[in-house]
Amino acid sequence: MKLFSWFLDKKSDHPDFWLEYLEGFKGKMNKNIQSTRFVAFDTETTGFDFNEDRVLSIGAVSFIDKKIEVSKSLELYIKQDVFKAESVKIHGLLKNSKVEKQTELEAIKSFLAYIKSDVLIAHHANFDRNMINKMLERHGLGKLKNKFIDTGHLFKKSVHLIYKDEDQPFTLDELAKELNVPLVDRHTATGDALITALIFLKTLSRLDKRKHLNWGYLLPK
Amino acid sequence: MKNSIAERVLDYLIKYPPFNLLNNQDLFEISKEVSIIYLEKGDTLFEKGDAAKSDFYMVRNGGVKLLHTTAENTQEIVNISDAGDVFGIRPLIAKENYKLSATANEESIVYAIPISTFTSVTKNNASINKFLITAFATNAYDPYTAEENGKIFIDYLPNSAQDIVNFQTANYTKKPITCLLDSTIKDAAIKMRDHRIGCIIVIDDHDKPVGIITNSDIKNKIATGLFPIETLVTNIMVSPVITSKRDLTVAEGQLQMIKHHIGHLCITKDGTVNSKLVGVLTHHDVLATLGNNPSVILKEIKRANRTKKLRSARLKANSLLKNYLEQNIPVGHIVKVIAQINDAVTVRAIEIALKKMPTNPPVKFSWIALGSQGRKEQMLFTDQDNAIIFEDVASDKYEETQTYFLELAKLVTKSLNKVGFEYCEADMMASNPKWCISISQWKNQFEDWILHPDEKAILLSSIFFDFSPVYGEDTLAEELTNAIYKALEQTSIFFKFLGRDAIKNPSPLGFFKQFAVEKSQEQKDLFNIKNRTIMPLVDAARLLTLQNNIKGINNTADRFEQLALLDPNSKALYHSCSYAFKALSKFKTKQGILHNDSGKFIDIESLTKEEQLKLRRCLKPVHEIQEVIKIRFDLKNFI
Repeated sequence: MKLFSWFLDKKSDHPDFWLEYLEGFKGKMNKNIQSTRFVAFDTETTGFDFNEDRVLSIGAVSFIDKKIEVSKSLELYIKQDVFKAESVKIHGLLKNSKVEKQTELEAIKSFLAYIKSDVLIAHHANFDRNMINKMLERHGLGKLKNKFIDTGHLFKKSVHLIYKDEDQPFTLDELAKELNVPLVDRHTATGDALITALIFLKTLSRLDKRKHLNWGYLLPK
Repeated sequence: MKNSIAERVLDYLIKYPPFNLLNNQDLFEISKEVSIIYLEKGDTLFEKGDAAKSDFYMVRNGGVKLLHTTAENTQEIVNISDAGDVFGIRPLIAKENYKLSATANEESIVYAIPISTFTSVTKNNASINKFLITAFATNAYDPYTAEENGKIFIDYLPNSAQDIVNFQTANYTKKPITCLLDSTIKDAAIKMRDHRIGCIIVIDDHDKPVGIITNSDIKNKIATGLFPIETLVTNIMVSPVITSKRDLTVAEGQLQMIKHHIGHLCITKDGTVNSKLVGVLTHHDVLATLGNNPSVILKEIKRANRTKKLRSARLKANSLLKNYLEQNIPVGHIVKVIAQINDAVTVRAIEIALKKMPTNPPVKFSWIALGSQGRKEQMLFTDQDNAIIFEDVASDKYEETQTYFLELAKLVTKSLNKVGFEYCEADMMASNPKWCISISQWKNQFEDWILHPDEKAILLSSIFFDFSPVYGEDTLAEELTNAIYKALEQTSIFFKFLGRDAIKNPSPLGFFKQFAVEKSQEQKDLFNIKNRTIMPLVDAARLLTLQNNIKGINNTADRFEQLALLDPNSKALYHSCSYAFKALSKFKTKQGILHNDSGKFIDIESLTKEEQLKLRRCLKPVHEIQEVIKIRFDLKNFI
């Protein structure tokens, strides 16, 4: 009954920062989209296997009403024992590079404090969500409770029916090109987070014009 | 913590002025504090009349249009800022409300840069300050373009050639004075003296420029005894020289000078130090080519066929003004040049308006300037005060005639406003039916003011009595002047009223010889240089000229000079009044340029000790002339 007793002790076992994070979800959600804080984020990982691979870097930007403050962006680099040379050519993060790195637990702490209970935006959000959730699991914590918006899905929804090509998932690069978002710092976590944020804002403005801008439409059931 | 986004912001900012004048570390401080704003087409960043925000903006993608709201509440585009253009900075520095509105012309991404960070980082950066001041002086006083700093930065953007004027090839000096490497400094100095120049280029046997010697090098290195006078030029020259190719533009030249903190650019055959010297471009050449030259400006005004062109010509007068002040050219001369330019603008505006009228004027008329333009004392843009006198017509034709001139006046005042002269708040303009009347009506009006003075009449007098004809039939204005003096002979009470008005602002030095500062909330602790020093002098000069029957002199300084001639006993006082007036005007204008306002209010604390002393010295004559008026017009019991 080891599992059961762990379950019972759950509350007291959890560190304060996690309890604080959960506490944030007790309030009611802001109905007004304009005054809502959104967090766009991206992760750079050693690969695509949720169990084997690890998060090397998390980047996030937050915005309220179309305004992204550079000073309030988040950029985390994480010390990991897992290292795969083949992924280096994508994200450029070396094992012993000089950037200041944190432990996984420290990174989780910073990330949760940053996202709070706000709506998260990511491109192909499932991947990033799962990577983060695995990270939380390794430290005996629960899953992310935040609402998620996937820019890929959202964009697909925003495109008119006749242009929809269900089979073709949009890559971040394709979306950026389509929406005329400057592709700077692609494949760094913060750079991609910023691109994702701008894609979201641009998609949102398209939706707005057709009076689709409501939570029901934005958040998948 | 690493901040990749700030680094990317930096990568972008550094490509454009004024950020390209900053070092990486400073620029990173700014980049960290930037906000990235997404704008949909039609989204508004700020609107005319909004209080200045804490950020100014740079377009990252897309375009933002700057709109001017006209009197009829329609909006016209003043400029569209494209990627790399900066806008909305002036109200932040001037601490005033936005004069234009900024709306996304297309979907755009804009960087919002906090002014506080920008100013604290650039505080001690001379080139940035110079850049900003130059930028502000060129079009700061134009209510239309005041804001569009995309434009003002264009002088420094050699690749976005929107403004052709700044992109003409610079006129450099073709035969520069040179000396060889083995010359002594004495020989070089003699050559400089003979040619009356401030710099000499040191060249080698192949005519390649090696170094440069300016007056200040001689002052700093020879006169101080650092080197003997027989030393070789190579010992004191500044080397290497900054060179440029022959076809450089004015803007490029200016940019190079600002970048390297130099006043001279060597022009060589292939643009490098390794080819033959063909000329020298001096800072002075740049200013001259930029059209800061009264005769060029006047020519341009006379040729202007549209208000827009008139505006750009008049704008150049502002940079001219700034340069004049910097070069310490006598205020009397500056004022005359600017007055001439302002009159030319008005004349041209009337000519353009006349062409738009369906018929020729039914009778002769005279367009008169009032207030400071009438006194020919305007330096910065001020409100327009003007009126029309037309010939007498039969009473059944009167309304029709007045209607014609009102229409004309509306066109003229509108175009003057576009040029940069704000509408008069008190509506003392020819477009007002009260101030667009026949010569007989005018005579009646002045007689009424003179014979039945009251508060209101005196207030209006201070503006209307300083009229001067600008366009049309000057004899009408002369006729009116004569009628005024005739009416003045019949009364003395009017002078008493004027006298009381002239001393209503008491001596600007209070108890303990402190400056009398303002007490009201808004201008608390500021010194009102206009009301406390300049206006008393203007009022006194007007009163004394009217009393002495001096006709045709409107300028305050000239009036005092004339009074000195007529009344040798008070010669010294009048001279000092004339001097004080000029010095104070200059002070006000400089402050106006510095703070980008009318210069009316001065923060005494911000002045240097020397400036305070200078200002204080000018206050004595103000006090004395007020005492003279008090006695001469027996005002002791009248107040």
